[in-house]
Amino acid sequence: MIRVVLPPHLRTLARVGGEVKVDVPGQVTPRSIIDALEATYPMLGGTIRDYTTQERRPFLRFFACAEDLSHDPPDTPLPEAVVSGVEPFLIIGAIAGG
Amino acid sequence: MSKVRVLVGTHKGAFILTSDGKREKWDVSGPHFAGWEIYHVKGSPADPNRLYASQTSGWFGQVVQRSNDGGRTWEAVGNKFPYEGVPGTHQWYDGTAHPWEFKRVWHFEPSLTDPDTVYAGIEDAALFRSTDGGANWQELAGLRGHGSGPRWQPGAGGMCLHTILLDPGNPNRIYIAISAAGAFRTDDGGATWQPINRGLYSQYIPEPTAEVGHCVHRIAMHRSRPNVLYMQKHWDVMRSNDSGDLWQEVSGNLPTDFGFVIDVHAHEPETIYVVPIKSDGEHYPPEGKLRVYRSRTGGNEWEPLTKGLPQENCYVNILRDAMAVDSLDSCGIYFGTTGGQVYCSADAGDNWNAIARDLPSVFSVEVQTLS
Repeated sequence: MIRVVLPPHLRTLARVGGEVKVDVPGQVTPRSIIDALEATYPMLGGTIRDYTTQERRPFLRFFACAEDLSHDPPDTPLPEAVVSGVEPFLIIGAIAGG
Repeated sequence: MSKVRVLVGTHKGAFILTSDGKREKWDVSGPHFAGWEIYHVKGSPADPNRLYASQTSGWFGQVVQRSNDGGRTWEAVGNKFPYEGVPGTHQWYDGTAHPWEFKRVWHFEPSLTDPDTVYAGIEDAALFRSTDGGANWQELAGLRGHGSGPRWQPGAGGMCLHTILLDPGNPNRIYIAISAAGAFRTDDGGATWQPINRGLYSQYIPEPTAEVGHCVHRIAMHRSRPNVLYMQKHWDVMRSNDSGDLWQEVSGNLPTDFGFVIDVHAHEPETIYVVPIKSDGEHYPPEGKLRVYRSRTGGNEWEPLTKGLPQENCYVNILRDAMAVDSLDSCGIYFGTTGGQVYCSADAGDNWNAIARDLPSVFSVEVQTLS
């Protein structure tokens, strides 16, 4: 199971607290994690990536293992520590808006 | 005993205000969807417990919420608004072609007869309909397909479809308005549309009497007389007696005819309300005095309504979806401000009270009269 940390507003929307765990079949990448998140929590559809462009929303960032992975291609394999569940995949809302 | 439920969308959540028919004491619930922008909340005329809410965020995009119990509980429903076919382009602020991109839902208009059917007006401007309670949305693409779509351009607030009026006597007739394209009408249930902007004069556009390009802020009708329309344009208050075929100005003695809201008394089709705003560069009331203006003659002759409203140092705005009326015997008028106040008059505008005073900036106000 892959551990995912959602920003607080998306936790509220998905009605979860703290981390969530999702089963990600195949290679573990940002895209496959979000696919699994949207399948498990349909209300998150469109909130992390745009439905039309499939691109990460500009005010969200992806982190794991102390690295900013936001600009990696979405099919880039994630570190083994995320795959093995040692480290979570972090979806972070940008601090913006004043 | 009748009750009133006021649905308030704000910059940081939704609030639901309830009162009995006296409209003196109010219970406030909320914030619902705390921290999110709630552009609009509206109930179904066919089932008052069915509500639809537009929940949006610059971070997370669009969420659509539905309630089946009058706003006590909510569930997220479909938030996918795919333009039909290749979306094409509209004009950008600088006149260049800009691709059509979905941004948010500005307005929901539930069907008059079916709680599961609801229309959504979106930015970039298009009209969508759901017939399954908001689970799935289909574009009524004939509107953008009218042919003038490539010439539409955004107003300062974005290119939004913000007004949807369903004709209670003719299910095939719908009116919509877009900033800054203008007003449109369909007479065949949404398959085809025509601009209804003849008589509008907008001196701030290259061709002041153009077929499209007018910044219509709001249109309103009385359900007993759906062929008569009232419009608050960017500047000018207008009236049409023929379903929008021709408009005439009825600004009359208003201190300024810029503004956003316009609405009609529930029982008097010739009694209408506006809130004049000083100018498009100064989005606050003239002289710092918050005054609703009422016309009992369908326009031209206006009287200021001030009792209970601040008459000094008031610099709020009243946005286009932030006025509504109830249908109690003594008609209630409601509006919300960008300062977070929601005002109610239980006597058709003669006297006003703040029924909420310190909410986040108010985007929208809707009222349900419950038996």
